[in-house]
Order: sequence, then C-alpha cells, then structure tokens
Amino acid sequence: MEANARAERAYGGNLPAWALGLIPLALIAAAIATFALLGGPGLGDRTGPPVEEVSVERTVLHPGEIELTLRNDGPDPVEVAQVAVNDAYAPFAAEGGREIGRLGSTTLRIEYPWIEGEAYEIFVLTSAGGTVEASIPVAAETPENDAGFFGLMALLGIYVGVIPVSLGMLWLPFLRRLGSGWMGALIAFTVGLLAFLAIDAGLEGLEIAAEAPAAFGGAGLVFVGGLVAYLVLAGIDGYLSQRSREARGRGAGGTADAAYLALLVAIGIGLHNLGEGLAIGSAYASGALALGAFLVVGFAIHNTTEGLAIVAPLRDGARPSLGRLLGLGLIAGAPAILGAWIGAAAFDPSLAAFLFGVGVGAIARVIVQLSPAMRDGEGRLLYPASVAGILAGIAALYLTGLLVAV
Amino acid sequence: MAQNEKGISRRRLLGGAALAAPAVAGIALSRGGDSAVAETAPSGHVHAGHSEFPHATFAAGRQVDHARNGFHPTELLRDFDYGRTRRLAGGRVLREWEIVAQDREIEVAPGVRYEAWTYNGRVPGPTLRAREGELLRIHFVNASEHPHTMHFHGLHSSLMDGMPGIGENRGGGQVEPGESFTYEFDASPFGLHLYHCHVAPLAAHIARGLYGAFVVDPKGGRPEADELVMVMNGFDTNFDRSNEVYAVNTVGFHYVEEPIAVGRDELVRIYLVNVLEYDVLNSFHVHGNFFHYFPTGTSLQPSEFTDTLIQGQAQRGILELKFPYDGDYMFHAHVSEFAELGWSGFFRVGDPSRLTAAAAASMYCDLPWGKGSPA
Repeated sequence: MEANARAERAYGGNLPAWALGLIPLALIAAAIATFALLGGPGLGDRTGPPVEEVSVERTVLHPGEIELTLRNDGPDPVEVAQVAVNDAYAPFAAEGGREIGRLGSTTLRIEYPWIEGEAYEIFVLTSAGGTVEASIPVAAETPENDAGFFGLMALLGIYVGVIPVSLGMLWLPFLRRLGSGWMGALIAFTVGLLAFLAIDAGLEGLEIAAEAPAAFGGAGLVFVGGLVAYLVLAGIDGYLSQRSREARGRGAGGTADAAYLALLVAIGIGLHNLGEGLAIGSAYASGALALGAFLVVGFAIHNTTEGLAIVAPLRDGARPSLGRLLGLGLIAGAPAILGAWIGAAAFDPSLAAFLFGVGVGAIARVIVQLSPAMRDGEGRLLYPASVAGILAGIAALYLTGLLVAV
Repeated sequence: MAQNEKGISRRRLLGGAALAAPAVAGIALSRGGDSAVAETAPSGHVHAGHSEFPHATFAAGRQVDHARNGFHPTELLRDFDYGRTRRLAGGRVLREWEIVAQDREIEVAPGVRYEAWTYNGRVPGPTLRAREGELLRIHFVNASEHPHTMHFHGLHSSLMDGMPGIGENRGGGQVEPGESFTYEFDASPFGLHLYHCHVAPLAAHIARGLYGAFVVDPKGGRPEADELVMVMNGFDTNFDRSNEVYAVNTVGFHYVEEPIAVGRDELVRIYLVNVLEYDVLNSFHVHGNFFHYFPTGTSLQPSEFTDTLIQGQAQRGILELKFPYDGDYMFHAHVSEFAELGWSGFFRVGDPSRLTAAAAASMYCDLPWGKGSPA
C-alpha cells in the first residue's frame, strides 16, 4: 500500500495528464538546445572533407539557354562556382543564389548556343572543386507553360485517359448478354489487367525514384505511396461499407456491391492514370515524347481495356444510369489530365515516385476487393477459367502496351 | 531533360519520332569566328543577350582573390627569381635560393578553391633564373605535411636529382616533412628547363602544383626583349584524374580578364613550359602572328617559324615574336577543349610608352648582367 503510494508520487503525483505529456518534450528540447549550444560535446570534428551530393531535378531548354534545377541532397551546403557545357565554361545566373543549403535548390540559367538534336554533357563545378553532372541526350526546346500548353496537356489527358476508358465501358451491354458463368472469368480478366498496371507503375516509379534525391526517400517513396494509398482506400472502404449496412440493412447489398466494386476499380485506375499522365506530361515537356497520332491511337487501345475492367463488376444487377457510367469514366480517366499538367509544369521526381506508388497501392487494394467476386461455385479463387481470365488480362495490356512502346 | 527522359521508360522510345520531325530553326548560333573577338575588347564579362557567345568564359560578377592566393598571374609573367649571388674564390658566381614547400589553398577559377601543394606559396613555383656556368645552391625546406623533393631538369649528379630512393643515406632523396636538403649543381646546359616534385604518386604530386620554370641564360645572353614566363598547367579539382580547369600560370581565363600588355614592334620572348598532368599534350597558338621557336632553348638558332606548337609534359621552349599591329590578340591552347576550360588569354598590343612598369622593368632592367651583352 505505502509502496504503491510512493510510486504514485514518484511518477508525478497529482500533476495533470497534459503536464506529464509535456515534460518529456520540454526535456528533449532542452537537451537538444544544450547539445547544439555546446557544439556536440565529445563528438569532435568531422573526419573528412564536406560531402557534396547534388541532384539535377529538372533540365529545361530555351533558345540560347539551358536551365538546370539543382537540389542539395547532402548534409553540407554546396556553393556553385562555375558551369561548363560540353567542356566549355559558360556564363550563367543562379536564380536561387549560388549557395544551396541542405535540401535547398537553385536554378541555373546557362547561356549556351545549343543546337537541336545534339547531345550535351554539363558539369557544375562547386566551390570545393567537386562536380555535378547532367546530360542531355537529345537537345530539344522545352515547351512554354502558357495557357495553350495547358490546353494541349488537357487534350492529351482526354485523349489518353477519358476517351479510351469511356470507350472501353461501352462493352457493358455485351457483357450483360454473356451467361452468368462468365462472371468469374471477367473479374479475373480485370484482376489480370490491374496486376499488370500495378507492376508497370511500380517499376516506373522505382525508375523515376532512382533520379530523385535520396534525402527525400528515393525508392522508399514508391513503397510509402503504395502503403498510404492501400490503407486510405481500406479505411474509406470500411467506412462506406458500414454506412451502407446501416442504410440498407443486410441482404439488399447485391446491386450496391457491384456499383461499389466498379467505383473502386475506377478509383484505382484513376490513381494509376494520374501517374501515367504525369509521366507523359513530363516526357512531352522535356522533348522526349512526340505527340503523334500513332501514340494517341496506341494509348486509346491500351486504355480501352481499363474501361472494360471498370464495367466488368456491373455485369449483374440493375442497369446503371448513363450519368453513373460517365462519372466512373471521369474518375478513371480525368486524373490523366491533372497528371499531365503537374508533369509538364512542375515535374519533381520525388513527387512522381510517390504518385506512382499511390497508383500501385490503390490497384493492390482494388485487386483485394475484387478477388472475392472471382470465386466460382465451390469458392475457389484459382480455377481454369479464372486463371485464363487473369492471363488474358495481363496479355491484353502487354500486347497493347507494345503499341505505345514502339 | 536527362532526368525526366530517363524516368520514362516506355515513352522514351517515342523520342525518335521527335527527331524525325523537321528541325526547327531559330537556335542561337555561336559567333565563333576568331576575327570577331579580335576586333572587340575581350568581353569575358559582357553578355548582352542569348545570341552573344563570343567565347567560353567563367560566369560574370566574380573575380579570383589574388591577394588571398598570395600571387597574381599578371605579376608572375615577368617575375624572375635571380636568388642571391656572391663570388667564390677563383671568380665563379655562386647563386643561391631558399625554396619552401607549403600546403596552401588557392583559387584556380572564380569561386573554386583547390588544396594546392606549392613551392614558396605560389603555383607555379618561382621562376629560378641563372646564367650558364654558375654554381647553384637551392636550399629546400619541406614545410608541407607530405614528403616532397625538387627534381631539376639539367645536368647533375644522382644525389642532386631529387629522386626518392637515391641518396637518402647522404641526406638526399625524399625530403620528409620538417626536413630540408640543399641541391647543388652547375647551371648547365643553357636553355629553358623546369623543376618539379618527384615523390610518388608522381602524377598527384605534380598535379597539386609542385613545379616551376628554370631558366639558364646563355653566357652571352639573349637579345633584349619583354620576357614572359608561361607555365601551362591544369587542375583536377574533383580528383578524378582529369582536369576541370586549364590555364597558363594557374588561374583559368586570367589573361582574358586582364590582357597582357605588350608594346607594338617590341620583341616579346615567351618562356613556355608545359607541366599539364593527366593529358598527353598541350599546345600554344597565337592569333594574328607567327613566332620563332627555340625548343628547350638550348640553341640560339630557332628551329621553326610558326603560329602553333605542341608540347608533351615537361617539354618547353622559347618563343620570340613582335606584334606589328595594335589591338587584342588571343592566345590559347589549340586543343579547343583546354581553351574553353580556361586556357585562353589575350595580348593587348599598344604603344610601347603605354606599357606597364613591370613590362618596362623586365625589358630593360631585369638582367643583372646587363641588357644581354656579354659580361
């Protein structure tokens, strides 16, 4: 008894709970301040010269000028001293100042009479004599970010996102004529499509992350993005299914579930198309992409299969309204427009890697959500028809993907 | 573009279509022509617009702090170190120098610092100048944190060779930090030579700045002239065994910023030494002129009349030329890459009366044995 009381007093006695919560924080702050004031007692000096890690985030070409955006990725400030293009020093101005603090960035405007189609190697010489290298494999002028350009990006997003997805959804009447035995195979086809998209987006995210500053997470951002998207969708799912149970009671959920699954697929594909739009927008802005009719046709065919995936769950149940179908098409396709804008105007490899991760996570969640509908009469997930469906889905995207890769 | 382009795997290949599209005109082209440059003042710090790109240059608005460096490339040009002399019994001249190896941070391009190893705090080291037949003593003190030597190109015994592994038992060979050694040999043969550190790793010890010119004048001297020392060097600032900055006398583009003033119709003599590390060749070219070339300076007869020459590392020679017209005349390595990475400069030719005091001093007063006449 008495020992308990003593312990109680020892652990703060009658102090209020918020004070007990604040005390450790205050102590941590005091410890950090003391440590900083004393200059890290006992740690001594750094053992080597300053570490310079700088990544090139963005390269923009205007006539007579090359613009480099640098980000300091290392622990020490870096000062830009000189810049050479193809082994020739060139005059430049540093928009954010020559000195780049930790995680800070600056934009160098380099005067250089570059020529379209030629390759350029640039080295930025720091005050410590270190070099940061950037390469331009094929020089081409970067489009201006004006209203016309945003309009073009919107058109691009509509071409590769909204229209093909909506066209794919036109398979709904056909699907509804198919016998009920096809349902599992159709869902399996959708799962196969989604699995391919997830792998594709994941690889692309990792590839972009390799270019991103390590300090912001690099490849880790893809995984974080995936986890965040998966958990958020799972949370929304939990909330919505609870509400629908409360509203309708049990048993009346058949149609709602089908519509709900379709919505989930649309959201997953929409998040994926956000990343896709981002990649297209930035590729176009950097001149790496030619917007030919061939490309648009390729994307249209490729993304049409995504529309099919959305309507597959709607095979059974009540006929959905045209407005609802349009809404689904917009949810799945319109993010490509937003992605293209972001990608063209403010491409950032860290953000892109994160968004690709989000796409992967969203698709993974949708696959988990869809899978039960794939089961056959005996409750099996994998049976000949479903496996064939999954493989067909993967093959469909792989083959149409070739159209946009060649 | 590289960044974005790399990240977009599947769309990347489409870039080929962009290339096939008709090229868009309207890209600013280099003015390129040397004549354009020669007509105007060197405009290293004037950038009127995007189409103006007369020649490669460092960014505007920043200068090398020569005071902090402790030496000035314009002053190095005409700075000959004659040491101290006294007559030995028998009438022979003994000439002595004190050379101290020191580690020192120098600025090799505006804003770019380099941890150099130096002789007497400067890169290149002092231009030691003697006269054929004299007895030379160089008191070398190693105040650097690293072992060094002074290896002279010339005629001497193995103990005086500044070569690690030779003569340590007699106090020579490699000179450890805090130690010293006195090199002693005859000034022979006459010509233009050099000295440098010979401690391994050799490339690193030379590239860090341990070198200098060594002039042995012929007994009869050379004709009176405005004499300039040019040591062609470079700096591997990021230690990847290739140079980021190329120069004459250390600071890239220095003589673009500050052209070398010379007098019209005056004889100009250039002592040109190549110490460039990590590149096989270096070269020298002067605009609007030709020069007589005396390889290694060991003959009083020129071997060639030309406007361009090539030197490998440690090759050197004497150039003699006169500028018949006023104006700015570029000189640079005709390895264009070196030229655009700093190894470029200008001669500014004018009335001899407008020459700097240093030039005038060099031309008429510097030779202690009197205006090139036999002593």
